[in-house]
Amino acid sequence: MIDLVNISIPNAAGYALLGYLVVFLGLVMLMAVIIIMGKVMHREPKAAPAAAAPAAAPAAAAPVVKAAPAPGSAGDFKLYNTDPRDAAMVMAIVADTLGKPLNELRFISIREVKEDEV
Amino acid sequence: MDILGVLRTLASESGFAAFFLADGGWKNLVMIIIAFVLLYLGIVKKFEPLLLCGIAFGCLLSNLSYFVGMGANALYHPEIWSTFLDSTSPYYHSYGYIMREAGLLDFFYIGVKAGIYPSLIFMGVGAMTDFGPLLARPKSLMLGAAAQLGVFIAFFGAVLLGFTGPQAASIGIIGGADGPTAIFLTTKLAPELLGPIAIAAYSYMALIPLIQPPIMKAMTTDKMRKVKMVQAREVSKTEKIVFPIVVATFVILLLPSTAPLIGCLMLGNLFRECGVTDRLSDTAQNALMNIVTIFLATSVGATMVGDSFLQLQTIYIIILGLVAFAISTAGGSTP
Repeated sequence: MIDLVNISIPNAAGYALLGYLVVFLGLVMLMAVIIIMGKVMHREPKAAPAAAAPAAAPAAAAPVVKAAPAPGSAGDFKLYNTDPRDAAMVMAIVADTLGKPLNELRFISIREVKEDEV
Repeated sequence: MDILGVLRTLASESGFAAFFLADGGWKNLVMIIIAFVLLYLGIVKKFEPLLLCGIAFGCLLSNLSYFVGMGANALYHPEIWSTFLDSTSPYYHSYGYIMREAGLLDFFYIGVKAGIYPSLIFMGVGAMTDFGPLLARPKSLMLGAAAQLGVFIAFFGAVLLGFTGPQAASIGIIGGADGPTAIFLTTKLAPELLGPIAIAAYSYMALIPLIQPPIMKAMTTDKMRKVKMVQAREVSKTEKIVFPIVVATFVILLLPSTAPLIGCLMLGNLFRECGVTDRLSDTAQNALMNIVTIFLATSVGATMVGDSFLQLQTIYIIILGLVAFAISTAGGSTP
């Protein structure tokens, strides 16, 4: 049994090398788990409409189909630590400052920047 | 009434007298100056101020109230923690003994010793982190693995400098650039080094804008640095909800000793992503995180008592920490 408290220099070198390999191995395994999980998750939405098609039941297949964005919409945008009311005001101010109509601007996300982050 | 005697007692029991009368009292003075410098760096230079202010003030309080052999009114008592960790002592791992003898900062420190604060910080980190880019591009995990190079080189360097195996591992983890992990591991393996390791870890994290750019520049080409990272694919909400559950299950089964940190990290992330616990996610990200940061920073700062901090090994730790940090940066930047 190796004494970890009074570790010798060759043993320390061995442990350092082994430790680094273990980190790689562990993360490769985790990466494999994430890839498998992603593949399983991505297969599910595709499989559902295919299975529903032969049954010719449009009502059953309807929840799977993602609703098309409204005309002129660029889709969802994300709010980070921002109240929707504040976000609406920010968007209105930006549109006003730029002199452009709001529906011609595309907002991807709005994040509150704290004073100490500036 | 012996007014002179009362005044003499008052003077001899004061902290001012202890600087000169107590064994190693001058070390407290040095530590108080260090605390002032850290406060300056935190407040004026804005180096990790949320942590550095607490750490520096904890250090100040500890060195104002504790003098070797005169610890009756101290806020933090290093000797009761030495007894707590001494396997030959009747009070070995006795929290009852701590509760009886403790000062205010000793009570705060129980949360560090029991691994509570780092785990709660991880919960907040989990609630703040969007793992979408990682899910879209799992290969990026390898960058993280490569960035651990400094941990193992610093571990080996620490053994060369005469540190024990557990101490060397605690020093090496500074290269992981993660304060709570460094604190968590050090309290388990080498609690006597907690003060210098925490200071080194948080100082280098604060100095990232100074330390990392020249190393990254040296390790990468101009073309590489101009690559714009875009998310490889859209990640579904379900994937983001399942991710913390799968990772917690897999990693804790693989490495049970990581359960407190990974468990809390993934719980925080589940609060964020599941969509039905917005209040909990908000608390974990803000209120809880802030409260724990106060306790963690103050109690870690309190461990910087002059008698144990002002040693040659503290300088070694600071240097090895920098080496670990720099090599980890180089490892993570290598094409």
